[in-house]
Amino acid sequence: MNPASVTALNVDEIRKQFPVLNRKVNGKPLIYFDNAATSQKPISVIEALAEYYRNYNANIHRGIHTLAEEATKAYEHTREQARAFINAASPREIIFVRGVTEGINLVAASYGRAFLRNNDEVIISGLEHHSNIVPWQLICGQTGAKLKVIPVSESGEIDLEAFTRLLSSRTRIVAVNHASNSLGTINPIKEIIRLAHGAGAVVLIDGAQAGAHLPIDVQELDCDFYCLSSHKMYGPTGTGILYGKSHLLEKMPPYQGGGEMIKEVTFEKTTWNDLPYKFEAGTPNIADVIAFGKAMEFIRQTGRDVIEQHEQALLRYATEKVGSLPGVRLIGTAPQKVSVLSFVVDGIHPFDVGQLLDARGIAVRTGHHCTQPLMDRYGIEGTVRASFAVYNTFAEVDALTEGVRRVINFMR
Amino acid sequence: MKTINQLQDEIISEFALLEGDTEMTLFYIMELGEKLEPMKEADKTDDNLVKGCQSKVWLTARLENDRVWFSADSNTAITKGLVSLLVRIFNGQTPDDIIHADLYFISKIGMERFIGTQRSNGFAAMVKQIKLYALALKTKQEV
Repeated sequence: MNPASVTALNVDEIRKQFPVLNRKVNGKPLIYFDNAATSQKPISVIEALAEYYRNYNANIHRGIHTLAEEATKAYEHTREQARAFINAASPREIIFVRGVTEGINLVAASYGRAFLRNNDEVIISGLEHHSNIVPWQLICGQTGAKLKVIPVSESGEIDLEAFTRLLSSRTRIVAVNHASNSLGTINPIKEIIRLAHGAGAVVLIDGAQAGAHLPIDVQELDCDFYCLSSHKMYGPTGTGILYGKSHLLEKMPPYQGGGEMIKEVTFEKTTWNDLPYKFEAGTPNIADVIAFGKAMEFIRQTGRDVIEQHEQALLRYATEKVGSLPGVRLIGTAPQKVSVLSFVVDGIHPFDVGQLLDARGIAVRTGHHCTQPLMDRYGIEGTVRASFAVYNTFAEVDALTEGVRRVINFMR
Repeated sequence: MKTINQLQDEIISEFALLEGDTEMTLFYIMELGEKLEPMKEADKTDDNLVKGCQSKVWLTARLENDRVWFSADSNTAITKGLVSLLVRIFNGQTPDDIIHADLYFISKIGMERFIGTQRSNGFAAMVKQIKLYALALKTKQEV
């Protein structure tokens, strides 16, 4: 069967919306397979950025003039879009941050500092990005809490039994990703959240690799915190959201002090603004937030199920094609994965594979993908990672396969 | 004995035959790496690692008859090829010539990608280490 026929998506039409896909790299048409690092941007996002600066650039919330009102309205419109995108109960639960990293740091610093005590425990998994490891190490160092790690199986899945054994009355926070950036594994977060709640812990989900690929319903998941990065979901860099249940956000102290986050300031005492503004000190990243709204609109209009179906077909095709090349070993073979194909080639360093693919215009990522403990788990220095997005095609996967085959033929 | 610049020009004309094809250039660089004199396993220590490289590069130098001789290896084929070009240029030169060398060949062979960007740090770090070795050996020589 022609693999293209299994997908309902008109990829040619989608590709027309992404100007960068027209460019050449080393004389070859760009094939962009580094989407797990950052995705490319549709014209609607690019134009929204320019439109803001061209027509209604103003500082938001306290201005009484027309431009300030327009900018405020557009900014708050994105908050409502984000609320709908993850089905939060209220826009008060949506805090704009720089991205997932800042979202996790905010929760670790604010919730962690307020509620972690000596010998309390924080549980993360062996699949985490450094962003979901280091903030917890920092706060554990400051509070005397202990960091525990759920082991990962050979296929790259979280060991749920081990997790239940780690849970105890000392567990305060569980922080895991929705999907792994290195391997693609989709974690059973609903079950993790249920188990953690049973032990009385709150749960933070790092949604960096889910935002562009999976449906997200924070109420159905019942997670306490959920983080997203705009730039991995067709939006601009430098913005993202932290979702938090309002009753938790209300009892958390502010993360940063400054303008916007206050109600009243005297030199004796300052009172905090209401949610979500309590956590948005200073002039926010207005333009990028507004354009982020266009990115979520792009995903919604294209259809999350259609995107998922297309990417899953690409993943299956690439797994079969690249996976059957001599000497290629796939790293991460969980049955449920987002569109990430991580692999190593026997006797060939990922750096060489990546450089040689780049010579053919193919952008992949090589290295440890900010998950050094996970690479240690597999006893490897790093992998070659190809990650697919809505605009990728089966022909591009063929080019990747051919590229890797050439590297193997030359070097083995 | 060819000068550093004669060797650079020789490399530039060899690579000119590849007509700027990035893939062929990388393949050729890797082939050159395979011809690099093997480094003693005992010399592949953390102390001999060049700092600032994305891939591992080991580099040692010794002085013989007032000339500097290098030995190098890398865990990636492309980097090994790049360091082999440096060894070819600098082996047997005087410390002074190495310290004052102006390396222009890398951009002329279409590999400027390895200079001044994130990946380049590798190349810049290798050159810096070579010059540091030359300086250290020169100081030793003068003592």
